[in-house]
Amino acid sequence: MLLIHCPYCEEDRSELEFRWAGEAHIARPENISAISDEEFAEYFFLRNNEKGLTYERWRHIHGCGRFFNAARDTVSDRFLTTYKAGMPKQLLPETGASEKTVETYEATEGDAR
Amino acid sequence: MSASSNSGTFRIKGAGRLTPARTARFTFDGKSYTALEGDTVASALLAHGVHLLGRSFKYHRPRGILSAGPEEPNALIDVSRDAARRQPNVRATVQEVFDGAKIASQNRWPSLKFDVGAVNNLFSPFFAAGFYYKTFMWPREAWVKIYEPFIRRAAGLGVAPTEEDPDHYANRYAHCDVLIAGAGVAGLTAALSAAATGQSVFLVDEQPEVGGALHYDAATTIDGQNGYDWAQATAAKLKAMPNVTVLTRTTVFGYYNHGFLGLAERVTDHVAKPGKDLPRERLWQVRAKKVVLATGSIERHMVFANNDRPGIMLASAARTFLNHHGVAVGRQVGVYTAHDSAYEAAFDLKRAGVSIAAIVDCRADPGEALLAEARRLGISVLSGHSVTDTGGRLRISSMTVARNGGGDARRIAVDALIVSAGWTPSVHLFSQSRGKLRFDDVNQRFLPNIYAQDCVSVGSCNGTDDLAELIDEAIAAGGGSVGLSGENRFEWTGGMIGAAEGAGPDTTVKAFVDFQHDVTAKDIRLAVREGMHSIEHIKRFTTNGMASDQGKLSNMHGLAIAAEMLDRPIPQVGLTTFRAPYTPVTYGTLVGHSRGELFDPARKTPMHALETAEGAEFEDVGNWKRAWYYPKRGEDMLAAVNRECRTVREVAGVFNGSTLGKIEVVGPDAAQFLNLLYTNAWDNLKPGKSRYGIMTREDGFVYDDGVVGRLAEDRFHVTTTTGGAPRVLHHMEDYLQTEFPHLRVWLTSTTEQWAVIAVQGPKAREIIQPFVEGVDISNEAFPHMSVAECSVMGVPARLFRVSFTGELGYEINVPADYGPAVWKAIWERAEPMGACLYGTETMHVLRAEKGYIIVGQDTDGTVTPHDAGLGWAVSSKKPDFVGIRGLKRPDLVREGRKQLVGLLTKDPSLVLEEGGQIVADPNQAKPMTMLGHVTSAYWSENCGRSIALALVAGGRARIGETLHVPLKDRTIEVEVTDMVFFDKDGGRIHG
Repeated sequence: MLLIHCPYCEEDRSELEFRWAGEAHIARPENISAISDEEFAEYFFLRNNEKGLTYERWRHIHGCGRFFNAARDTVSDRFLTTYKAGMPKQLLPETGASEKTVETYEATEGDAR
Repeated sequence: MSASSNSGTFRIKGAGRLTPARTARFTFDGKSYTALEGDTVASALLAHGVHLLGRSFKYHRPRGILSAGPEEPNALIDVSRDAARRQPNVRATVQEVFDGAKIASQNRWPSLKFDVGAVNNLFSPFFAAGFYYKTFMWPREAWVKIYEPFIRRAAGLGVAPTEEDPDHYANRYAHCDVLIAGAGVAGLTAALSAAATGQSVFLVDEQPEVGGALHYDAATTIDGQNGYDWAQATAAKLKAMPNVTVLTRTTVFGYYNHGFLGLAERVTDHVAKPGKDLPRERLWQVRAKKVVLATGSIERHMVFANNDRPGIMLASAARTFLNHHGVAVGRQVGVYTAHDSAYEAAFDLKRAGVSIAAIVDCRADPGEALLAEARRLGISVLSGHSVTDTGGRLRISSMTVARNGGGDARRIAVDALIVSAGWTPSVHLFSQSRGKLRFDDVNQRFLPNIYAQDCVSVGSCNGTDDLAELIDEAIAAGGGSVGLSGENRFEWTGGMIGAAEGAGPDTTVKAFVDFQHDVTAKDIRLAVREGMHSIEHIKRFTTNGMASDQGKLSNMHGLAIAAEMLDRPIPQVGLTTFRAPYTPVTYGTLVGHSRGELFDPARKTPMHALETAEGAEFEDVGNWKRAWYYPKRGEDMLAAVNRECRTVREVAGVFNGSTLGKIEVVGPDAAQFLNLLYTNAWDNLKPGKSRYGIMTREDGFVYDDGVVGRLAEDRFHVTTTTGGAPRVLHHMEDYLQTEFPHLRVWLTSTTEQWAVIAVQGPKAREIIQPFVEGVDISNEAFPHMSVAECSVMGVPARLFRVSFTGELGYEINVPADYGPAVWKAIWERAEPMGACLYGTETMHVLRAEKGYIIVGQDTDGTVTPHDAGLGWAVSSKKPDFVGIRGLKRPDLVREGRKQLVGLLTKDPSLVLEEGGQIVADPNQAKPMTMLGHVTSAYWSENCGRSIALALVAGGRARIGETLHVPLKDRTIEVEVTDMVFFDKDGGRIHG
């Protein structure tokens, strides 16, 4: 079970207290009623689903209740940083998806040749 | 050798650490034995010369005790206190004897000594690896009728208890600075060091006492005293420190992310009469800032022909039984080894008076110091020799010894054979923490290499064998400083992995690698020959390492044999993944208190007891228990619901609406916020009025609905569906916090703060009138969709004039604690007036008669407000709301979408089935064109016929059309209608 740092409580708390809330930094268009079908699809349906460094929203639902943003490496399942909602994207060096961190069958379970 | 009187003829006087005066009686397969306190079932039976403990899984071969610890693959037993307190597949080497224990052997019929299943051994050529995969392929039908029943009967060890477990299990959470797994020399030293710095320390060991290898290694001295005594004194010292927790009989079974560890503590399994207040086992979930792994290592067996006979065991196990339990494993003991450690076992046995037949060492040059000591004790050593076979049926009687590379074989009579192929570091927890191993070529072992967490391995699990080095390493790991010195008698060298001489490669002998699953060296070779080249495939094809011992003894041997066959170095073949749990954990431990009523706690409304007293039947709605209907004597559900439906429309009914989700929306921008979250407009709603609202998601589909009352300019009482309350609040919070953070609004869940009593029907006003103060509830002053803060029976209340039945109705909200009193008073007045109590079923029928939808029943996440006939609730004037853009998507505005309509069966007595599909042409060939489905269907007593709601493609344009609902045995003809079946002009609601 992961420990997640809540940027509002300023504490590392157990994963049990949190709820994932989708990809981060997707702002609702201010003129939403006027956007095209393509723009709406881009905003509402399409997600990057990246392997490696991912920006996503979490909510400390069984704690302070606040939504916040997190940068997580989906390969190592490590939280690289968390920060408050509304703050700009915290740019981090690309750590994920490099050859070394990808746990292939061969890397973890033996050479399958 | 002199034996003590009754605790076993193999008990050696003066040997071991148990107290002869403290005895316990137990039975094994019905026969009574005496043990000493501190015995395991294994040591107690060995003391009586009992080596045969069970039958193997596949071939039903007689099996004995191989080890003295948790790695035991063979000696699995059934332990019981009574019929309900029975546990199969317990390791006899771990289970402590308690007075009155009933022990039974497993996997044999009719008896352990004569087992019919042993015929499998004769047919073993047919049961080679992959047998199941190849044999049970065809014919297909045979699988269900013949193969599966056969395999199910044959599969599995032990028999699960049939009665409910009467014991209880506890659960505890803890945090610490350092958790140390293993309390041998390394763990104890690390604990002393860490504790000295003032850190909070958990020291955990799976055995009843600390000491680890000191249980068998009686020659080691630490700090000038006997090692085992030092360990006990050290544990006592640590226990007395306020910052240290010492847990024995506790296994660290899992090492997860971020220093999170799972521990299973066995609290009463060793106690004859456990206190009723004690849990049987306790699950600890510990978050440790740092972890020190001092998990030691496990001795391996030798792989040679017929190496599984009872009486063949690990050398260190024989040493434990002698030095700790005071039990000799035989009187004429052979030794077969590839490692120095077995010599020390032989020396200890010899000194205790046991005859050592010979030490057979497959190495050419064992260490000179060991040879000299063997000579001094008069033990013959056959170096460069191997044991190529063993004799005996239910117990070993001889070993066959031959010089390596060929030569005359000779048989030597023995009644026990102790073996050692060296030691495998216990890297299980390190690997579970996602650390990476490296292969130590010199000593043929995997060792911790790259750490993934704040963790350090010390002692023999880290490949540190020298005692002085080990102590230094452990002190450093603890972070403190401790003055400590230790001394070993001999330095150990040697070891081998894989098959020894006489195990093949081309013979047909059974040289067991995995005892519990009956996997032989031959099986692993066969797997490679058949094309399994990955260790993961070999594992699954042979089931090597897949038994409950998880290959603690067998994995390294299996790997080496596979590597040899593949002609590849061992690190290239690689290990299979270590997974939690380290040893089996009972379901009880994991489940803890979460069973029975606590498995999924029920939510009960404040009026639950009163409803029960009135004879309500309940239904589960989410976790809520809701009154479903109130049958009177002799009534079935339909009769009760029909009566309730009729009474509400003719007189009145009282309904418990407390489960309704409630959210208090407060703040200067509250109306603006609701404008954005609901499709309706809210700024024109005046305080004292309420409105039915629809909430859509951004994609335009209906998400929830409910009545929203405006209590003041800046205060709304929002209601949601019963099941939707948490997600609606989450949805609102999401928008408020992240999209509309500029709005000054506060959201509070008040679902459980208000008890809700609905009074519906023509006499509703008359019923509540005398209780209400502070508001004029006459029809003129308080019309439909009014809301007021007032008092009811002197209790502060929120009164809604609102109806989900189509009748004149009120919903009285009072603080939850007052709910029962108000409900009781209202019912006491209503009953003599001819009113009824009604439940959720009647509520469903009455609302369907009026065509009111239930979100989640009549909608399914693909229905827009327009589809549901609620287009009027979508504001066309608002510049923005959640869903405004989604509703304009081409697919959502096209013609022919499924729309909610009413259905009337041509035969009024037939009630449709919810979920029934709707077609236009009942004679169309399959697959038929399905137009939609029935969402709600009831018998309507008030209409005197059946009614239904349905989602039908282009439904509103089809009103008047005849459609069909094909069922399995018949097709029902229906007419499409509007959704209102009762009181079409809606006059009653304003009554």
